[in-house]
Amino acid sequence: MERFRSFLASDFFYAFKRAPVAIVSFCIAAFMILTAILAPLIAPTNPFDPSTLNLMNGFTAPFSKNDFTGDHFLLGTDDQGRDVFSTILYGLRISLFVGFSAVLFAMVLGVSLGLLAAMTGGRTDAIIMRIADVQLSFPAILIAMLVFGIAKGITPPELRNEVAVWVLIISIGLADWVQFARVVRGAAMVERQKEYVEAAMLIGRGRVAIALKHILPNILASVLVIATISLALAIITEATLSFLGVGAPPTQPSLGTLIRIGQGFLFSGEWWILLFPALTLLMLALSVNLLGDWLRNTLNPKMEK
Amino acid sequence: MKTRAIISTLAVALAMSTSAVAETLNWARAGDSLTMDPHAQNEGPTHALASQVYEPLIQRDMAGKQVPALATEWSTDPNDPNVWKFKLREGVVFHDGAEFDSEDVVFSFQRAMSPDSDMKELLSSVKEVRADGKFGFEIVTDGPNPIMPANLNDIYIMDKGWTEKNNAVKVQDFEGGEDTFSAKNTNGTGPYVITSRVPDSKTVLEAFGNYWGKGQFPLEVTKINYTPIKNAATRVAALLSGEVDFIQDVPVQDLGRVGEDEKLKVITAPQNRVIFFGLNQGDADLKNDNVEGKNPFADVRVRRAMNMAINRDAIKKIVMRGQSIPAGVAMPPFVNGWTKELDQIPPGGAEAGKKLMAEAGYGDGFTVTLQCPNDRYINDEAICQAAVAMLGQIGITVNLDAKPKAQHFPEIGNLTTDFYMLGWGVPTYDSEYIFNFLMHTKGEKRGSWNGTRYSNADLDAKIVSLASETDLAKRDATIAEIWKQVQEDVLYLPIHHQVLNWGMANKVDTTVSPDDRARFKYFKLK
Repeated sequence: MERFRSFLASDFFYAFKRAPVAIVSFCIAAFMILTAILAPLIAPTNPFDPSTLNLMNGFTAPFSKNDFTGDHFLLGTDDQGRDVFSTILYGLRISLFVGFSAVLFAMVLGVSLGLLAAMTGGRTDAIIMRIADVQLSFPAILIAMLVFGIAKGITPPELRNEVAVWVLIISIGLADWVQFARVVRGAAMVERQKEYVEAAMLIGRGRVAIALKHILPNILASVLVIATISLALAIITEATLSFLGVGAPPTQPSLGTLIRIGQGFLFSGEWWILLFPALTLLMLALSVNLLGDWLRNTLNPKMEK
Repeated sequence: MKTRAIISTLAVALAMSTSAVAETLNWARAGDSLTMDPHAQNEGPTHALASQVYEPLIQRDMAGKQVPALATEWSTDPNDPNVWKFKLREGVVFHDGAEFDSEDVVFSFQRAMSPDSDMKELLSSVKEVRADGKFGFEIVTDGPNPIMPANLNDIYIMDKGWTEKNNAVKVQDFEGGEDTFSAKNTNGTGPYVITSRVPDSKTVLEAFGNYWGKGQFPLEVTKINYTPIKNAATRVAALLSGEVDFIQDVPVQDLGRVGEDEKLKVITAPQNRVIFFGLNQGDADLKNDNVEGKNPFADVRVRRAMNMAINRDAIKKIVMRGQSIPAGVAMPPFVNGWTKELDQIPPGGAEAGKKLMAEAGYGDGFTVTLQCPNDRYINDEAICQAAVAMLGQIGITVNLDAKPKAQHFPEIGNLTTDFYMLGWGVPTYDSEYIFNFLMHTKGEKRGSWNGTRYSNADLDAKIVSLASETDLAKRDATIAEIWKQVQEDVLYLPIHHQVLNWGMANKVDTTVSPDDRARFKYFKLK
């Protein structure tokens, strides 16, 4: 409680209260995360339980009744008779799960390698940062596709659908760690010169302890900013991969998979199968991105023009 | 009076001018021909291109009727029922100017029967081929074969001299990845000559000046640009923009859009192809299920329940948008042996199916994997997805494994799948072709596409007897008996007969042939 009260009194919360963009995007993002978590409770149907589907409900338009079955669907149904509203909720779950996990993976990897580079210097530093440079010269999506392709090749076919989501997380994470590593290394190099680190060294603390207990807390703010922006990017990368058909399988569709399915029906007039998942993805990515931008400006006042 | 005269003169002038200038047709479909060697691959798009360049002895017209091509007359020898006699067409020349005679026919048949040939199954009953003078040809079979001519539509005739000169006597080993002269070059007697070809990109065909069929066929198309366009949306866009005049595969969801366009039309006709699911009912246990120690598909009640659970009307209405004919038998309606009674949709529905499942001891259901192609048949993956939901209603949890045909078909051939989708077209228009490939026990000579592990010695004997049964009434009775057994044992779960949708510019005038083959020499242009 005491902590919460001090948070409410902080500069950070004060700045948040005075930024309408941040409030709105925070609310949207929080709402989406909440609905995704609660999807099984909110969704009128479970679109991934095939025995509950009725094909005759296929291609029902939004806000209208199906001609054959008389069933009603808020946002219409897709080609298999799945409720679009429910598929979006479940798709959002997969998208957010992949996004969060991929960023977490990238963060752990990037921060460790960044700290390692900063603390050891010399050859280790050079090798890690050259790898980062090389990787940075390729688009992230290309690297994610490469990793995904290799992983798909080495997993046995019967496991492919089960591991698809994890492979997706790893491939996006591997494509994103460079941002973290570079920023952490830079910030840690600066912190290393500071007196409190020298003091800690003098009393004989180990290098690992110094890195984790002293330096890391002081650079966490910038890590958090990158993490937020990376989350938006990871969600988009996941959607892109799934749209290209190499990501989440149709039995576990993410928003990108739903957009890919809907794209086939755009010309034939069934616009809702594409539009609603696409709007959801847009709102999610936009709100997280705006939040990340605001966070960067607030936590790093030097950035402000 | 005067105006009418002017109009008619104009019309005549117009007609003359159109027939005089080169009429180009831009043709697109999803896939390209795999090879130009006419005996290397028994595959639809491959034969479709080859048939513009090469010709068989007997061909089918656009309606599927057998008409003379390089043979003008054929009959069995009155003295020996094991011999089919053919009278060959005189005055035919190959594209390079060489004369066509019986030597070329004997050579081509021997080539088509060689081990690397993919056409040898169609000639499996042939014992010997021989020339009978310069324009006579005889096929000796190892027993009377009354339907021999039906097997010859895709056996193309090559020039012996040209083939020998270019070191192309051996058929290209396609599966082995071999590349040969005959895989890239052609020399047929057909109405069109390939003037340039870049595989998977563009092929240009031009009318053959010395074609024997001049005056017999319309031959109004004088130049064909053939472009494979894999992506359905791109293909439709190309037709809508006028970039191509004719596509063979309009996606069902775009039929309305193409049909509404004033400059375009869609012609629809039932295809000689049935789509069905195969079930491993022969093995003691399945690899891809969760039932230990026994095979649920071995119980005919389970197969019947599954057959009932598949709602073919819903698949037709929603997945195929009306563009299919629900099927009750794994045989297209064009085939000898087909009856309305056989093609009856199994009655029952999911509720009755559930009861049967409980009766068979699978009231709680089981889990199994369904293998499905995603680039071969119309909406193949969507059909499988729909089937997953329908089988879910009788308690069977189906995991869907959809992948490209290049990986799917070997699973059937190598017997690594327990539940799969397959489509079957019947070029001979006779049930025997289906029995030989799909119903006979899988073995050396027959049953190569039978992935059900079904084996019935009695049925096999009946199937083998068809090849040499000369009494056609008796033969038809045996065919009916076989089908009765097949239906009783629920060998396959039929889904539907495909419907072809050819989209074309208004200027193109043609009918749709049931084997999905565009025979351009019959095309007219307005």
